Amino acid sequence: MSVTYLDAIRAAQEKALEDDPSVFIYGQDVGKFGGAFKATKNLAEKFPGRVIDSPISEDAMVGLAVGAAMEGMRPVVEMQFADFSTVGLNQMLNHAATTYWRTGRPCPMVLRLPSGGTPGSGPFHSQSMEAIYAHYPGLVVMTPATVEDAYSMLLEAIAMPDPVVFCEHKLLYYHLKAKSLPAEAVPAFKAHVARPGRDVTCVAYSAMVHEALAAADELAGEGYETEVVDLRTVKPLDTDTILASVARTGRLLAVGESWPWGGVSAEVVSRVASEGFELLDAPPRRLNAKDTPIPYHPNLWSAHRPTAVRIAEALREVLRY
Amino acid sequence: MATRTMDREVGKASSQAEQDPMERMSRAMLRARVLEDKLASLYRAGRIVGGVYLGRGQEGLSAAGGVALRKGDVLAPLIRDMAGRLGFGEPLVDAVRAYLGSKLGPMKGRDGNIHRGDLSRGILPMISHLGAMVSATAGVLLAKRMKKEKGFVGLTSAGDGATSTGSFHEGLNVAAVEKLPLVVVVADNGYAYSTPNDRQFACTDLLDRAKGYGVEGHGVDGTDPEACWEVVGRAVQRAREGAGPQLVVGRLLRLCGHGEHDDGLYIDKKMKSSDRGRDCMEVLRDQMKSRGLGKDWDRWEKEAQEEVEGAVKKVAEEPLPDPFEEDWRATAMVGAAEAVQKG
Repeated sequence: MSVTYLDAIRAAQEKALEDDPSVFIYGQDVGKFGGAFKATKNLAEKFPGRVIDSPISEDAMVGLAVGAAMEGMRPVVEMQFADFSTVGLNQMLNHAATTYWRTGRPCPMVLRLPSGGTPGSGPFHSQSMEAIYAHYPGLVVMTPATVEDAYSMLLEAIAMPDPVVFCEHKLLYYHLKAKSLPAEAVPAFKAHVARPGRDVTCVAYSAMVHEALAAADELAGEGYETEVVDLRTVKPLDTDTILASVARTGRLLAVGESWPWGGVSAEVVSRVASEGFELLDAPPRRLNAKDTPIPYHPNLWSAHRPTAVRIAEALREVLRY
Repeated sequence: MATRTMDREVGKASSQAEQDPMERMSRAMLRARVLEDKLASLYRAGRIVGGVYLGRGQEGLSAAGGVALRKGDVLAPLIRDMAGRLGFGEPLVDAVRAYLGSKLGPMKGRDGNIHRGDLSRGILPMISHLGAMVSATAGVLLAKRMKKEKGFVGLTSAGDGATSTGSFHEGLNVAAVEKLPLVVVVADNGYAYSTPNDRQFACTDLLDRAKGYGVEGHGVDGTDPEACWEVVGRAVQRAREGAGPQLVVGRLLRLCGHGEHDDGLYIDKKMKSSDRGRDCMEVLRDQMKSRGLGKDWDRWEKEAQEEVEGAVKKVAEEPLPDPFEEDWRATAMVGAAEAVQKG
């Protein structure tokens, strides 16, 4: 028996629906059809009236969740693809995110975003949106990289009193497997050292954690030990764990699948440069996707995103300084 | 302490329900007009930071919605809904607090003016992005239905301009799909800021859109408060009975600028002097006089003036928000906030 990343997301929603009558799921095709990726398979049958098909209206989907959350429910909204959440951005950034600050009343809701690139998905089904959401105050942004985290962090997200953007990576849905669902969990706001090492720190999140681990394997063959830090949650950012790692290694590479202007990797480098300057033996570096829309053809796509090979190259440069 | 306040208000609400609706309309509209005249003069005197947006000329349509709702219902007002808010039960002093930035107000100075709301009273605090409150109100109603509450209604307002947004369309459409007890009251005042209807939409009458959404539509002369009460009251009743969303379109004119910074000189003079430019306050005063309530009207007006003067005096002595006491937390969860603040 094994559990995939997608199974974990489905199981977490099933458990949340079982445990808390205020939880409901809202999204396109999530009902009888079970969702475009089957993340809600059989849930509509098991929880009648609580797994609800929405019209193709991303703005209204998020707006409706904001209203329901204000009224004490805990809606989980599935965007069919993270890319389409741009259409609901106003409700998330200006409504959900401002409610607690403005009114003192919580707005507990989760926006599930099937994120990131897969071969052939192209410009409008491949995006990573975490940086845009993380920029706005009032939101929590999670980017789980493992099956265990997909399960425990989604449960934690649903239980939180704040609006949470849950970025789940489509490339991990079917291929990433664990033996079973976790019985206990690391708190969602703690970053995790996915691989210890003494020579260089590679900070990554979501699918990039696995590319970073593969790059670390490659460098180990060359005699370098890379410490891979999995951020898990990008807002709030666990700066302490990052700085502690840089204190051990003296070198930093921050990797993100999203675009290079600003974003999570820029935030990581900025914080380490300003708060841990004296820990550094080399200039901190970033590696991101290329600054173009995400290409359709796999030949172009695999050159567009950071891969284990490109991460290893960047790590060698940091180590050579 | 809090319990006693609540009890008093429950008592007030039930005695209100027994009052003649036109008396409640009159009081809400008079209190709104007197308060907004005062706010305009405070704005000109430099006592209010930020904008002041008045509902002058729209009090009848707005009040009808507020008066038709009852405890347990939800109101999502827009910028010209002082009368509706007061009619529904928003404390007048909270409106003054929001404008003057009192720390004791519902938004504690973190937000102000028309963006105030009080979720404990069923009043949603509007965001500025037009049309956004339609789906949010639908969400409150869906939640109430899931919680097995019965007999509730939600009412939100829009202007002619807001009907052009995608958000308005998505919100009304989803409310119709879910058959929610939502009333959307469109105040068609001919202009969105300075933009006239013919640059806003190409249909003859916004009411025609009701059919496209599969909802019931109601048109009304927004300058006639008795007609507004009848039509909006019926729409609220239809929603309460389970007839699904209701679209009300009231034709009227705003008798002021978009905000107090705007002289509104672009409003067509012919339209101003037509029946559409009538002041609903004068229409209602005549309507009440013809019912033999002229003296009551004068008394309500005097009471409104005393209440407004008293509220402004009281709020002027209240504490203002203090940046050193502010906790600067945008998340409800203490752990998240601390982690974010830490950096």
